[in-house]
Amino acid sequence: MTLRRRVARGWLALALGAAGLAACGGDDDGAPTLVWYTNPDNGGQATLARQCSDASGGAFRITTQVLPNEADAQREQLVRRLAAKDTSIDLMSLDPPFVAEFANAGYLRPITDAADVAAFTDGVLEAPLQTASWDGQLVAPPFWANTQLLWFRRSVAEAAGVDPTAEDVTWAELIDAAASEGKRFGVQGRRYEGYMVWINALVSSAGGAIVEDPGAGAEATPALDSPAGRAAAQVVADLARSSAAPADLTTAGEEEARSTFQGDQGAFMVNWPYVYAAAQASVASGAITQETFEDIGWARYPRVDARLESAPPLGGINLAIGSFTDHPDEALAALRCLLTVEAGTQYMLESGNPAARAAVYDDPAVREAFPMADLIRDSIAAAAPRPLTPYYGDVSQSVQRSWHPARDVDPLRTPADTASFMRQVLAGERLL
Amino acid sequence: MNTTAIRSRGRSRGLSGATGDDATVTGPVRTDRARHERRLGLLLAAPSFLVMVAVTAYPLLYAVVLSLYRYRLTDPGGREFVGLRNYATVLSDPIWWGDVVTTTVITAVSVAVELVLGFAFAWVMYKVLRGRSLVRTGILIPYGIVTVVSAFVWRYAFQLDSGFINQWFGLGDFNWFGGRWSSLFVITLSEIWKTTPFISLLLLAGLVQVPHELLEAATVDGATARQRLQKVILPNMKAAIMVALLFRTLDAWRIFDNPFVMTGGANDTETLSFLAYRQNVSLVNLGAGSAVSVLLFLTVVLIAFVFIKGFRTNLGQMKGQR
Repeated sequence: MTLRRRVARGWLALALGAAGLAACGGDDDGAPTLVWYTNPDNGGQATLARQCSDASGGAFRITTQVLPNEADAQREQLVRRLAAKDTSIDLMSLDPPFVAEFANAGYLRPITDAADVAAFTDGVLEAPLQTASWDGQLVAPPFWANTQLLWFRRSVAEAAGVDPTAEDVTWAELIDAAASEGKRFGVQGRRYEGYMVWINALVSSAGGAIVEDPGAGAEATPALDSPAGRAAAQVVADLARSSAAPADLTTAGEEEARSTFQGDQGAFMVNWPYVYAAAQASVASGAITQETFEDIGWARYPRVDARLESAPPLGGINLAIGSFTDHPDEALAALRCLLTVEAGTQYMLESGNPAARAAVYDDPAVREAFPMADLIRDSIAAAAPRPLTPYYGDVSQSVQRSWHPARDVDPLRTPADTASFMRQVLAGERLL
Repeated sequence: MNTTAIRSRGRSRGLSGATGDDATVTGPVRTDRARHERRLGLLLAAPSFLVMVAVTAYPLLYAVVLSLYRYRLTDPGGREFVGLRNYATVLSDPIWWGDVVTTTVITAVSVAVELVLGFAFAWVMYKVLRGRSLVRTGILIPYGIVTVVSAFVWRYAFQLDSGFINQWFGLGDFNWFGGRWSSLFVITLSEIWKTTPFISLLLLAGLVQVPHELLEAATVDGATARQRLQKVILPNMKAAIMVALLFRTLDAWRIFDNPFVMTGGANDTETLSFLAYRQNVSLVNLGAGSAVSVLLFLTVVLIAFVFIKGFRTNLGQMKGQR
C-alpha cells in the first residue's frame, strides 16, 4: 500500500514538474514572446531586443537565448533544434556560411514582401548581401558584417623597410620582412573554421575559388586544383616554414594570434577589428603599454598576387526567422526594428561589431570610435564570402583536414589532394 | 608447506564452501533457498531491465536502421537506401583506421599505467594507519573532477601562451599540441591522472578481501614480501583486477573529452567516439555516422566479451572467499 502510494506521489510530482515547465513557455500578458537565439556578444543584442520589445507597443516581447561561443557549436545546436521542428526558434543570429545549408533544409522562413526585402537590403554592402539569399529568395538579411585587416607594428615595418599600407603589398613581402627582423606573423592556423577563413581569403585573393558551383550542393565541383589554389598553398607553406611562423602556428586561433602580436615577437597579424578594442583593454589592464598600443597600425588585407586586389575574409551575423515559429508576423515586425541603420549604428558602437550598411560608417560617433572605419567598410565591400553551399560543413572540413598542419602543406600536392578528397567526401565515398 | 600449497588449500576451501548462489553456473545441487533467491533476484532486477531495454534497445535498433541509408539531416530529400555501403566506406577509410590506432594507443597505455599506479595507491590506502581518511580523500580527488574541467586544466598547463610546464622544464617554445605523439602524451597523462583513483578504489576493494589467515600462514611459512604479493595477494585479487581492467578499458576505449578539448582531433589525435560525434553531430551525416556508432558498439561488445570470458573462470575461482 505504502509503496503504491509512494509511486502515485512520484507520478504526481512528475506531472506537476511538467506542468510547471509548460507554464514557463506561456505568455502572461497576451503578447507573444519571441525567442531570439543569439551568438554571444557583450549584451548588445539583448539591449536591442529590449528596445524593440518596448517599441512594439506591446505587440510582442523578445527574449534572447545565447548560443555557444564557437560558430560550429552554434550551428550544431540550431541544426539539432530545427531538425526537430523546434517552434521556440523565432529569430536566430546565423553565421553567413551556414545560411545555404539552413535554407536548403527548409529551416529559414523566406522574406517575400517587396517592401521588407527593400528595407532589409537597401544600402547593405555588396559581400554580406551575397550571403543573404538562397534560391533567389531573401532568407537571412545581414545584421552586421565583419572582415579581417592586416595589423602591423609600425616599428617593425619601418625597421624592415616595408610599407604595409601600400596598395600592392603581398604576403611574401610581409613574411620576409617579419623574418628579417626576427619577428612573427600571427595567423589562424588551428584546425578549425578560422583556418578555413584564412585559406578562403588567400584563394579568393589569388583570383580563384574553393568550389566552382557551390549551389549544386553534393554535386559541386571542387576548384582548388588551380593556379590560385597553388598560390594560396604557397603562402601557407612559406609562412609555416619561415622563421616568422609563431611557435603555436598549428594551434593558434584569433586570441593566440593576438597574444603573439601584442607580445615582444609581434610584427604582423591578420585578424578581425575586435583586436583594436582588445588592445585598448590590454592597455587599461596593464598587459601592454600605451607605447605598444600606439605602435599598432592597420591596413587592407595583403595581396597574394601583387597585381590582383586582395579579397579579405567576410564574417558577421545574419538574422533569420525560423520556419517553425508560431509567430511569423511578429518575428518579421521584430526584424523591421532590428535591421535599421540606427540599430546597426548603436550595435556597432556598443559591441564593436561592424555594421553591414554603408551609411553607418558616416556616423561621426562611429568614425571617432573606429579610426579605421573607412577601411573596414571598403574591406567588407570587397570581401569574399566562403562558398555558399548546403554542404558547407563538408567543404570546410575537408579543406581544414587536408591543409593541417600548415607545415605539411605542399603547393604542388595539397590543393590537388584536397580537390579529390572533397569530391569523394561529397559523393559519400570517404569519411571526413 | 610452500606457498603454492597455501593457494590450493585456499581454493579448495573456497570451493567446498560454495552454495551455488551464482545463478549462471548450473551446479549439480540446487537447494530450495538458492532457487528462491534466484527468483527474487530476477524479480528485483526486472524493472530496471525493462527500463534499460526501453532506453537502449530502441536507439540501438534505430541506429542500425539509419546506418543502412545515405541520409543527411539537413538534406531530408536526399535520403536513399544504400544497404551495407556505409560500412564498406567506413571500414575502407584511412580515417577510421587512424582513429582505431589512436584509441588503441590511448587505451593500452593509460590502462596499463593506471593498473600499476592504481595498485600502488590501493596499497597505500590499505596500509596507511594514521590519517587514513585524509589519504583516501586525497587520492580520490582527481576522480571527483569533471573530465572536461580537468581537460581544460591540463590544456592550459601545457598550452604555449598560458602554460607553465614549458617554463618549469625549460622547454622553451615547444608546442605540445602541435604534433601527434606529444598531444597523445598529454591526453594520456591527463586520462591517467583523472582515472587512476577509480582503478585504485576497485583494487582496494579486492585487497581488503584477501583473507588475513592466508597472509599470516604465508608469513609463518617464511614467504618473502614479494612471494606474498605474487603467490597470495595477486591471485586472490584476480576478480577485482579483472573488474577494474574491464571497466577502465571500456571507459578508455570510449574516450572523448580530452582530445575534444585539447586538440579538437587535429594532428591525428581523433578517437573513435570523436569520429562518431563528428559524423552525427557536426556533419549531421546520420547514415555514415550511425555506421560508425554501430561499429564502435561492436568493438565495445567485443572487449566486454573477451574480458567476461576471462572473468568468469576467475569468478569461479574466487567463489566463497570472503
